[in-house]
Order: sequence, then structure tokens, then C-alpha cells
Amino acid sequence: MSESTTAAPDSSERKTSEISEAVIRIAGNSQDGIQAIGGFLARLAGRSEQDVMTFMTIPSTISGGPSIFQVRIGTGEILSSGDEADVLLAFYQHSYENHINFVKKSGIVLYDSDHVEPSEEHQKNYRHVGVAVSSLTVEAIGGSARDKGKNIFALGLITRMFDLNVEKLKKLIAERFKGKPESITTTAHNAFDAGYAQDVGNLVDLYEFEEPDGKLSNQVVMNGNEALAYGLIAAGVRFGAGYPITPWSDIMELLRRELPKYGGTFMQCEDEIASVSMAIGGSWGGRVAVTGSSGPGIALKAEAIGWAIMAEVPLVVVDVQRGGPSTGMPTSVEQSDLNIAVFGGHGDSPRVVIAPAHVEDAFYTAIEAVNIARKYSVPVILLTDQAIATRIEAFAEPNLKELCQDISPDLSAVADHKPYDLDANDGITRHLAPGTRVASGKYPVLTGLEHDEMGHPTSSRELHMDMQTKRRRKLQALRESFPATQVYGPDEGNILVVGWGSSQGPIREAVDRMRGAGESVSAIHIRYLNPLPDKLDEIFSGFHHVVVVELNDEGLNGYGQLAQLLRAKYADPKIQSICKTDGLTWRIGEIVERIHGFEAAQK
Amino acid sequence: MSKLSFGYEALDRTGDLNVGEIPELPEDRPALKKKQIAADHPTWCPGCGDFSVLALYFRLIEKRKIHHEKITTVAGIGCSSRFPYFVQGHGTHFIHGRALPYATGVSLCRPDLHVFVFGGDGDAFSIGGNHFNHTARKNVRLTYVVMDNWVYGLTKKQTSPTSPVGFKSKTDMWGAVDPPINPAKQAIAAGATFVARSTHTNPKHIHEMMDAALDHEGFSFIQCLSECTEFYEGAFDAANPRKGGEFNLVPEDHDVTDQDAAIKLADEVFPGKFGILYKVDEKSKNAKEQEINAKFQAKVEGMEDWEILQQNFNRMK
Repeated sequence: MSESTTAAPDSSERKTSEISEAVIRIAGNSQDGIQAIGGFLARLAGRSEQDVMTFMTIPSTISGGPSIFQVRIGTGEILSSGDEADVLLAFYQHSYENHINFVKKSGIVLYDSDHVEPSEEHQKNYRHVGVAVSSLTVEAIGGSARDKGKNIFALGLITRMFDLNVEKLKKLIAERFKGKPESITTTAHNAFDAGYAQDVGNLVDLYEFEEPDGKLSNQVVMNGNEALAYGLIAAGVRFGAGYPITPWSDIMELLRRELPKYGGTFMQCEDEIASVSMAIGGSWGGRVAVTGSSGPGIALKAEAIGWAIMAEVPLVVVDVQRGGPSTGMPTSVEQSDLNIAVFGGHGDSPRVVIAPAHVEDAFYTAIEAVNIARKYSVPVILLTDQAIATRIEAFAEPNLKELCQDISPDLSAVADHKPYDLDANDGITRHLAPGTRVASGKYPVLTGLEHDEMGHPTSSRELHMDMQTKRRRKLQALRESFPATQVYGPDEGNILVVGWGSSQGPIREAVDRMRGAGESVSAIHIRYLNPLPDKLDEIFSGFHHVVVVELNDEGLNGYGQLAQLLRAKYADPKIQSICKTDGLTWRIGEIVERIHGFEAAQK
Repeated sequence: MSKLSFGYEALDRTGDLNVGEIPELPEDRPALKKKQIAADHPTWCPGCGDFSVLALYFRLIEKRKIHHEKITTVAGIGCSSRFPYFVQGHGTHFIHGRALPYATGVSLCRPDLHVFVFGGDGDAFSIGGNHFNHTARKNVRLTYVVMDNWVYGLTKKQTSPTSPVGFKSKTDMWGAVDPPINPAKQAIAAGATFVARSTHTNPKHIHEMMDAALDHEGFSFIQCLSECTEFYEGAFDAANPRKGGEFNLVPEDHDVTDQDAAIKLADEVFPGKFGILYKVDEKSKNAKEQEINAKFQAKVEGMEDWEILQQNFNRMK
């Protein structure tokens, strides 16, 4: 907690501190509804014009298992979910023991005294507050439903501690149970009131967030999968197909639920291959369609993606990366699908790969992906990850009226049509949707065989070379349209940190911290992973070291997947790697420490 | 140069387009002639049964007055899957085994089109076997004609999922040992709502089956025996009266809505019976999805797309 002022008006024991931000970690089991508490807090922050970011871990078991939800709320910009917790709320002994080291020195440990026996050792270092959460919840709401409602009780406790807006929270609770019997909301409110009534102020300080500066008004709060799915809808996508796999399933569930309102549909298919094929069919039908998966499913879709590249059909493929290979770590984060996203195909198969940096960016990147797919008639892989997928952020409400697109096909007749016109501008193909009349009576065929300009098969070596060039050239044209890469921090210095995907926030926070300590560090973030933007070498030339920080293995040659791409493009030995695969997002301290280690090794 | 009228950004169409005026065509245009429907010259071997299926597809297009822009032909990989190149109309030659899901995407997005899918037995029942079952059960509105020749032809004589036991191929040089799939029986069991069997040596019959399939509101499947003269000559002689075989129609008293009877009929020893074995009226996938849409769209009637989305965003504040 960043404390700015302290005041103890009414008691020498108790004080209320004004803070700019707080990190609260809630640790329990996955069925305790701790994600719900985190969700309420995040939504409240959004409504209170505060910035917020959450982080959660979910066991990949069918039911149960330890789980955490961490929420960082602040008055200023929040770049990461926080390295250390100001408050730990521990429901069980295992929650207490596994997470207490995550609490900052002299931080607060709020524990359920029905289940947790605090250790003497820890009591010296942290302020402990025991509340009989389980039994008090039962007392408050009655019944025998073990463990039900204690999450809401705990929310009441936290609300009291941080002087949060009771009215807004109770409204959020009511909204959550909208459509359910009234009694459920009443019970939840009772649990909340009981928690709020616990005068933890006797035991610890109370906190109050600084007044927001008003810069964060009109915010929406959602997780990355939601943002991405809504972005696709805004972009005009009305058809998609998929197969269930964590952490992609949320996106397909949302699209299945929402698209019918727009006259669209989303199909759950028999397998990954059917889903990519169906989406490509839908795209040919006239409107860019979407399919998606996580690593293993992307591998299955690879052949069909290759076809779409060959036939030059627009398509958006979402890859919500998780720990791999194989079934790997389905509920953990990794950035190890970069290679399959960029190279996952047979033959020379240039495609576009874009990675959003955070939840808000997932919304806009989805729109961008659809538009690139349409404009360049090419599959675009939207490479997001489990961390963005599951974390909740508040961001400025998009102007939907301006952003929403109509991408319905134009079926008006044409005189003649050559889909694979070698003289076309920048080699860009534009298909006619079936149903379009071609007055000349000559109709095109889409094919995976090498073809002539009408799409008919050819074994001409010249045509193969020309068509291969055409498929490459259009992505080179796309690259020309990329905005210049911006350096976070000064253009020159000792170390340039390169990141991509969900690491943007932690990297920027690490850069801020290091610069604050007088170190010469800057960063760039790469959203376009294929084609890579040009002129990165000009940026590299301003630094002594270029360190690529990514969540994948350093591989047999000592470089992470993006580092390898950059080394291949620029052949610059200055490009080095910092990698990890522990299934968690980067902690700020971790990045700082690893960079210091890297610097020490250079000396 | 015309523009595709996408809301966000007008995209240039490519190619030598719209030179001069495009004359409006009258509603009651004359039917296309074979010459207008034929595209590339088929690459099949002389005597291949697939020629006859192609000729009957042309006749169907002519008789039913399907115009170029509505002709939608999809295929996977295999000899017979070359089909779309030979048809002047919108066509796709997709990857091996996945023509059905691709065609499903087209069918669901474009209720104004009737998609015809052509393929072989390897494409349909081996690599694409799973899709065959699920497209049948979902009752997607499209017609699937499988030209079943009991052998892999394009790759030159390997055992196919319909090769009979004992068939000597390059992968079963001593004769196939695994029992073959019975496509019609499998289709019925999977939930197909229109299942017919025909053979390339009876053009009139193929035409009848395709004609009926075109009118079927749902998934229509035609297993059409189509001889591979190169790698399985004489395979269907027993079904060809000119070769001393028998071509027997489904008995007139067969109830096409009786699933048990249809399975029994499908299971008869080769050559069995030809015609529509099974046909029931069930809601198609397309119709079911349209019902869902109608229900949800009624709730947002009169709203612009962005306003519908705004409702969701308001809940996330």
C-alpha cells in the first residue's frame, strides 16, 4: 500500500490511512467463490473511477483444489497485479502457509480462525487478524450449507477495512443474482452485513483510497476473453466455430450466447479440425469468421490454416496460450505458442500474428485482426494468453457507435473476376462470395493446389514462384502500414527490454522501478509478431544490450521464441534472452533481479 | 473499379472488373446449357464412373434452372474431389476429409444457397469419418454425394474403408482383412434424414436421387457406386445388368420413414437395393439455428448492432 497521509483522529490505537493503491490476495479453494469476491472488488473499482488489475490461479482439477484471486486497486495507472500483497485473506491452513511469504513486511494477514492456526514465527512479521469466518457466516445466514456465503462475508470484512462503498457493492451483489430468487440476494446481503459488522478496526488500521482524479471515469470492467470476444462482435464477426479447450472456451461460450442477437451463430464442432474448416467455409460465405483454441487445438488446425493461406481466405484464429507442450499446464500462462503461430504450417505459409498487450488491447486487437484478415485476405492469428484471458481490468469505455462495423458481403454482380490476379495492388486477393454473378460466365475456384489466376490447378514452376511471391508480398505491404515502434523511456541507454503479449505491464513497471533507482533501462513492446515491424535495428542501436523477456523456454540455443525471431531478422548478437516457464506472470521484482543478473554476467 | 461496401473501410475489388455496364438479367433467365456449366476438362481416367455423376450434376443444374452464381460446389481431396474444377460456378477444393465442415460453414452463413459436396469413400469415411457422423446428426442442409469406388485411386490402389474383405491392394497385397464400412447403414445410424444409394451405370436413377436430395430440407446423402476402371475394374458388375448383374430398386412398399426397415435394407448383401432407403422430415440445423436467432433478435428488435453491444457494456460498468 502506498500511504500518503496518516491520521488518527479518534484513537491512539486505530488510525485511518489514506492510500493510493492496495494489493489484496484472497486464498482458498476453487469452490469457495473467491473469484466472485475478486470480481466484485474489480467491478467496484471500475465504478469508482479507479484502475484495477486482477490475477488468479485456478487448479486444473475437475473440482476443488487451492486457488487464489488477487486484486490490485489504485487511484493511478495499474500495470501489473502486484508483487506483494498488502492484505492476505486466508481461508485454510494451506492458503495461509502457501501465501504468507507473498505478504509484504508488516502487511496484514486476515485469516479464518475456524481453519487456520497461525504460526508464532509469522506473527512476528505480519499483523494477524483472526476472524471466525466460517462459523460467523453460518451464524449470519443460517442453514447448513457449509462454506456457502463465506466469500461474501469476507467481502464485508474487506469493505470495512478499506472503507469501500457499501451501497455500490450491495448493488453489485444484487445485480449478480439478478433473475435468481430474491432470497438469494437477501442471504448474500446478510452475509455481507455480518462481515462488515466485524469491527476489525480494533485490530488493524483502516484505509481509505485517495480521491480519484477523474481521469478514469466511464470505465468498463471485464476479463481479456470477454474483451476479445466483444471486440470480434464489434468488428462485425457473425460466424465462428470452435471446440472446448481451456482457456479458450469462455470466448466460444460468449459468442454462442451473444451472436444470435445479431443474426449470427457460433458452432460447437465435433473437433478442432471441423471448427477451423467450418470457420473458413463461413469466411468464404462472405464474412470474416473466427475459430480459436489453445496450443493443442492450434496444432490440429494447422493444415486447414495452411489451406486458407494458399487459397487466400480471410480468417481469424484465436490462440489463448497456456503451458505446453501437449496438455501441459492448462490453467497456467505461457508464451510458448509463438513458434506454432508464426511457423505452424507445412510449406511456406506466411500468415499474420498479432498479440494483445492487456485486456483493453484485446478488444481493439480483435477488431484489428478482423480488418487485417479482410483487407489482406489472409488468416490472422490472434495470440493472446491465459493471463490476459482470466485477468480483470478496468478500461475506458469504447465508443461502440463509432467502432462497430458492418462487414456484410457485397453480392452485386461483376463483369469479370480473377481472384489471384498477379497484377493486383500489393498482390492482394479479393474473393467473391458465392451468390455473386460474374457476367463473363467464368467463375473462380478456391483451392489448396497451386493455381493460376482463376484458381485452377497448375504445375507451372513459374506460377508457383509468382504466387508464392504474391502471398508474401501482401504481408510485406501490411508491414509498411504498421505504426512506428515506440520506446518506453529514453531512446538511448544501457538496456532495452523487449517484450510481447501480457508481459507489457510488468515490464513497464520494472522499467519504471529501475529508472527510479537511476538505472538506464528502456523497453519496447511488440504487438505485430508476424510480420515483425521494420526498423527495430535502429532502436536497438541506441542501447548496449537488448534483452527479450518472455514466458517460454530458452530452448536448445539459449534464446526464447521471440528472441530467436529477432536474431533471425537482425542477426544481432546483442539480442539476448530472459525466459521462465513457472506458469505465472512476471513479478516486477523478478524482472529487475533477472536484468541485474544479466548485467552482472556481462561484466 | 467497384468497392466492396464494408462499413468500416471500402476495399477495392481486384482484377479486371466491371468494365462497362453489367446487363441486368431477367428473373426468368433460360436454363444454363451444359456448355455453359462445364469448366475444366475432367482429369479422370477414361471409363471412370465419376464422369457420369458430373454429367448428371450438369443435368440437375439445367433442369432445376440453377444459375451460375448460385452453384456452390465443395469437395475434399481425392479423384472425385476434383469435381469443383469441372463445374462453372462458385467452387472450393478443400483439404482431405474436411469438405463437410467447410460446406456446413457455407450452408449456415448462406441460407440462400444449396451447397453440393462431392467426394470419395476415403475422404468421407476414413479421414473424414467423424465429420460424416456429426454432419448427419446435426442435419445440416446440404447434399453430399459420395462416389464410392471401394479403393484409393488418386494415390494408386490402397485399401479404402469400403474395400471388401479379400480385396488385393498395395497395402493389403494378400487381400483386405478388415470388414468394410456400410456407408448407408452408418448414415442412418448417425441420424441422417435422407439416405439414398445409386450407381454410375444408371444415369436416370442418379438424376432422380440428386433431384430429390435438392428438395430435402436437411442433410441428404447419396452413396453413388462409381467404378474405378484403373484400380478396381468390375467392382460393381453385380449391380450392372449389362454385365450380368442386377439393379433392383427399393421395393415400393418400403416405408422410408421406418429406420429399422431402412437399416435392414441398407444391410442387404451387395448389390442390395437402389433408391431412397431412408427419408424423414426433421428440422434442419439451419432451421434450428434460425429459430434461436429469431427468439433472441425479437428481444433486440429495432436496435442497431452497436446498441445491442452497448447493453452488454452497460452491465460491465
